This record gives sequence, structure tokens and C-alpha cells, in this order.
Amino acid sequence: MKKVFKLQDLDCAHCAAKMELAISKIEGVNSVSVNFLLQKMTLEADDGVFDDVLKKAMKAIKKVEPDCRVIL
Amino acid sequence: MSRRQKKTLARIICAAALLIAANFMPLDGIFKLMVFAFPYLVIGYDVLWSALRNILRGQIFDEKFLMTIATLGAFAIGEYTEACAVMLFYQVGELFQSIAVGKSRRSIASLMEIRPDFATVLREGEEVVVSPEEVALGETIIVRPGEKIPLDGEIISGATSVNTAALTGESIPLDKSVGDKVISGSINLSGVITVKTQSVFEESTVSKILELVENSTEKKARVENFITRFARYYTPCVVIGAVLLAVVPSLIFGEWQKWIERALIFLVVSCPCALVVSVPLSFFGGIGGASREGVLIKGANYLEALASVDTVVMDKTGTVTKGSFSVSAVETNGVMKEELLKIAAHAESFSHHPVGESIVASFGEEIDKSRVSDVKEIAGKGIEACVDGKTYYLGNAALMKDAGASFEETKRIGTAVYVSCGAQFLGSIIINDEIKEDSRTAIKEMKNVGIKKTVMLTGDSNDVAISVAKDVEIDEVRAKLLPQDKVAQVEKLIEKGAKVAFVGDGINDAPVLARADVSIAMGALGSDAAIESADIVLMDDKLSKIPLAVKIARKTMCIVQQNIVFAIAVKGAILILSAFGIGNMWTAVFGDVGVMVIAILNAMRAMMKVKK
Repeated sequence: MKKVFKLQDLDCAHCAAKMELAISKIEGVNSVSVNFLLQKMTLEADDGVFDDVLKKAMKAIKKVEPDCRVIL
Repeated sequence: MSRRQKKTLARIICAAALLIAANFMPLDGIFKLMVFAFPYLVIGYDVLWSALRNILRGQIFDEKFLMTIATLGAFAIGEYTEACAVMLFYQVGELFQSIAVGKSRRSIASLMEIRPDFATVLREGEEVVVSPEEVALGETIIVRPGEKIPLDGEIISGATSVNTAALTGESIPLDKSVGDKVISGSINLSGVITVKTQSVFEESTVSKILELVENSTEKKARVENFITRFARYYTPCVVIGAVLLAVVPSLIFGEWQKWIERALIFLVVSCPCALVVSVPLSFFGGIGGASREGVLIKGANYLEALASVDTVVMDKTGTVTKGSFSVSAVETNGVMKEELLKIAAHAESFSHHPVGESIVASFGEEIDKSRVSDVKEIAGKGIEACVDGKTYYLGNAALMKDAGASFEETKRIGTAVYVSCGAQFLGSIIINDEIKEDSRTAIKEMKNVGIKKTVMLTGDSNDVAISVAKDVEIDEVRAKLLPQDKVAQVEKLIEKGAKVAFVGDGINDAPVLARADVSIAMGALGSDAAIESADIVLMDDKLSKIPLAVKIARKTMCIVQQNIVFAIAVKGAILILSAFGIGNMWTAVFGDVGVMVIAILNAMRAMMKVKK
């Protein structure tokens, strides 16, 4: 499943790259791209574990930039 | 400016005023520190706070953390003004970046303001306004002047002119009436039309285009990946350098305060922000600028590839030529021209072949199909048909030989249709594919922008191909090619080291499109195949958009390279100079914020219109 999420208050481009790297290492993630310019995250993960992966991804985002929120 | 940006601006002004005031106060020791702590906290409290949180999360190479260390360090060695200034300018830079990025994001978004907001559907005799997603295939919608056409469809009543500028960059309105197709995202200008929808919203042209543009930033260019990798190593390396610079020479030579000051300069320039922001911003701008011209580039990597193209290979039919045949000459043998055309048009009236259709179109008058009977298609040769009881043969030379007609082969260039009544030769109709109006200037323009070689590939005969190539001044031409031959031709060029862009109409040339370094499909408005198959999509079918796209790509790459060289050179120079004690906190501020601001301003040029 591939889904696009809007990210609020994603303030630095460098952080976006860090988030991308961190999320891509989560198990079950097929591909991820965090777009600083569009303030969007495109996450592709296996259907069965998608919600689980998303939770982990949100944690990873929080870790890099605490103010950044994923809008569901 | 957003609320957040306004707040930051207020803090910057406030802190700057406090900082200036603090400099005039004749204080010493702890009091001086306290006075300077005010502006520092006003401007930096959020940075300090997130730095603290980041340490707890183990993010030590975070720019906010590094800024905190650098400024607190400056306080520790008594450089109060510098400490506040670094933090102040850091915030100025962040604010500038946020405004600049927001501005380009908005201007790209406004380019793509083609998403229709509503559709007026006719249901059970009543007009209902719904969102375009809710309209089913085959429903009837009403579009009034000034409204966006929400879905692709065919006009069933009314006539109007439509503006497709947002899709193609072409602002001349097109007249449309009953039976014509209209494309979602174009604007209805003059009349009320009712349209029978031929797509659901998800599959409409406008959705496909929006999806394509939105996804275009996901495919990263090689330089973007380089920058990401560079940034990953740059910060840790500079930080380690700073630590070594603070510790090692101090142990050997003493004077720890001097070395710490130099190390702090390292920390201030340790953020690769200038590159990390400006490079994607340039590509974003370039792709956005191109889409304003009706050129959709599916990813930054394709923009990068397009910039290095030196050979443009084109298909003939539909690319250099219009792909619509028309009668260019009629030669007769003992009959009137009109008579010959009339017979031919009747005989061909059941044909679906483009050649036959062009003869019917060129005749232009009503055709009485009841006069025609016994139409037989003779594969690879032509047709045999009975008109008013007489048997006619229409086709190539081989067919004439079969019919036993003594005919003259025409010397004109084009596809010849010979006509005979039984064995009596009546004449020939020569059909040509028209060359597009702008093909000639487009090829010239390609040369001007530095394309070294232009090649035309076609399945057509040699004569036709050479005549077209000569007319538009294409360098090389290969005729009588089968689709697989086209692939081989492109491969040959690539083997020789050429960077090849292949231009086709997206129909039947998928293998060649896949093989070329960059593939360009044209005439995408209304053609799904073209949108899906190529890397770069021209919304209209103008060849002249190609040199324009190349120009945009080259300009974007040029900006990207300028920024990379500039940022790395300045930062590198500051690192080296400050290690030897030349330079201070102020040069470091320039190396961080100054470089970023300049790089972003430069990147924003990518979005501007290029001269045609």
C-alpha cells in the first residue's frame, strides 16, 4: 500500500533527509520519500503491517524534529 | 507571512534592538553577561530548547544543537556580541529560508491551479452541483463560461472556445462545438456547453497531470543524491574537526581560548543547509517553470539528463509532420481532375485507412454510398471497388500491374494512389503528410541551444523522408525502418557516446522511448499512452517546446552547479582560514547564513521564465 501524508512544521531540509533515512530502515517499509518542498511524506509498506509501520515512522519523525506532525 | 514567521520576525527585531542597546552599556563582569543574556534568550530560546531535547534523543549532529554549543562557547570565552549575533543571524537565515520556500511552493501551486472544484451534473432533469469525483462515466455535465471543465468528455450541445493555457502554455483559445472533445482543466470561455463525460475524475487528464507534477520531486537527480550523501558526512566531519582543533593544539601550545574560538567558527559553518535547501529548490523551480510552458518533466533526474542531451532523434509522422495526410497533387490521364477525385472518394468511402480518409476529406462533397458496391481490400496493394457498375482499382504500382493497366509512375514525392477503371489508367493522386508549421524553426532553435545532431527515423519511403528532412534541415535521416530498427538506430548512437533524446508521439514507439537516455512524448493532451510512456511530456504537439525545455534544463543545472561550487568553496575557505586564525565569528556567520541566502536567491532564478 502506498499512501501520501502531509507533514506540518517540517522546518529543515536536512531533517527531511534524516527522516527519510530513518524511516527507510524500519522493517516493512518498501519505499519512503520525505519531501521538504511539498511538506509531504510518501510511504509504501506491506499492507498487513502498514499501520504498525506508520506508527514507527511517526516516532522516527518525532525523534528528528519534535515539532513536526503527520496529518492523518 | 504566516503567524509563525511574523513571530520570528518580531523576535529578530526585538533581539537586535536589545543587542545594540547592550553594546552601549558600560558594564562589566556578571552584569554584562546578564545584559547580553536578554537578547540571546529572546532570539534563541527555542533553539536551546530543541537542542536540549535533541541531546536527550541522541541527535548530536543536529544543527540546532551545534548552534547552541557554538554560541554558548562564545559566551564562555567572552565574545558576548558575537554569540548573540550568530544566533540572531541564524534565525534570520531560517526565516528567509522559510519565506523563500513558501513562496516557491505557492507559485508552483498556482501554476497547477487546474484542479476543478466542482461539476454541474444534469440528473433527472435537474442541475446538481457536486465535486468532480462524484460524477460517473457517461453522465451529462453543464459547463458555463468562465468555469473549468471538470472532466474529459465530448460536447453534445452548445459551442464555445476553450483556453488550455494552464495545460499547454498556449493562450490562443480553441473553438469547440458539438462532437468535439474537451479536456478537463481547460477553461470554458464563451458559451454554455453540455458535455457527456468520458472519464471519471481519477482517470481524467487533469488528475493525471497533477499526479505527475506532484510525484516529479520524488525522482531525485544524481546531484541531489550526491548532496544528501555529502550532507551526511559533512557535519560529523566538521564537528570532529572542531573538537580536534579545540583539544590537540591547546595541549601542545596552550592558549586554549584561541583554539576554542577557532573551533567555534567550525561549528557555525558546519550546517550544509545552503546546499540541502537550494539544490532541490532549483529542481523544483525548473520543473515548475517547465510545466508553465506545457512541458511536464516527470522527475529531477530527467531534467538532469535533458540538460546533457546532444542528439535529438525524432520520429517523423506525428512529430515532425502533422500525421494527418492530405492530397497534395492529382495527375490525370484523359479525365477531369474533379471526376478522378470524385470516383476515388466514392471508392474509398468505406476505408478507414488514413490515405483513403484523406482522399474523402479532400473531395469534400457529399458521398452517395449507394453508388458503391463490392469493395474489396487487397492487402498491401490497395482496394477494388465497384462505382456506378464499373470496377475501379485504387492502389500502388503493383496493383496497377495486376489490373493490367499501362500507367506512368509519378515523379512527385509522396504516397501515390494510382487509379484505373478496369485496365484503363485514369491518373494518380499524390498524398503527403504536412510538415508542422514550427518544425523548421524548432530544429534551428535546437542547433542554437547546442544540440549537435538531429536525426529523423521513419518507416516511410526514402524519397518522402529525405524531402521532409531537407525541408526542415534535419542532419540525418533513416527511412524504411521497422520499430525494432528504430531501437537499433538509437542504440548505435548511444554506443557512440551520444546523449540521446527520442521524441515521438507516444504511440507505437514504447521500445524506443524506453531505450533513449531521455524520452519525450508529444501531444499528450488527451492521450493517456503518451502521458504514461515518456519521461518528459509535451502537452501540445509543438516541436519547438523541445529547445525550450533543453534551455530550462540547462539553466537549472547551471544554477545547481553554481550553488554547489559556491557553497563548498566558501565554507571550505572559511574552515581553512579560521584553522589558521584568519577570520572570526562574523566570517563564520557569512559562511552559514550569507551563503544560504545567496544560494536560495540563486535557486529561485530557476523558476523564472527563460527567454524564448
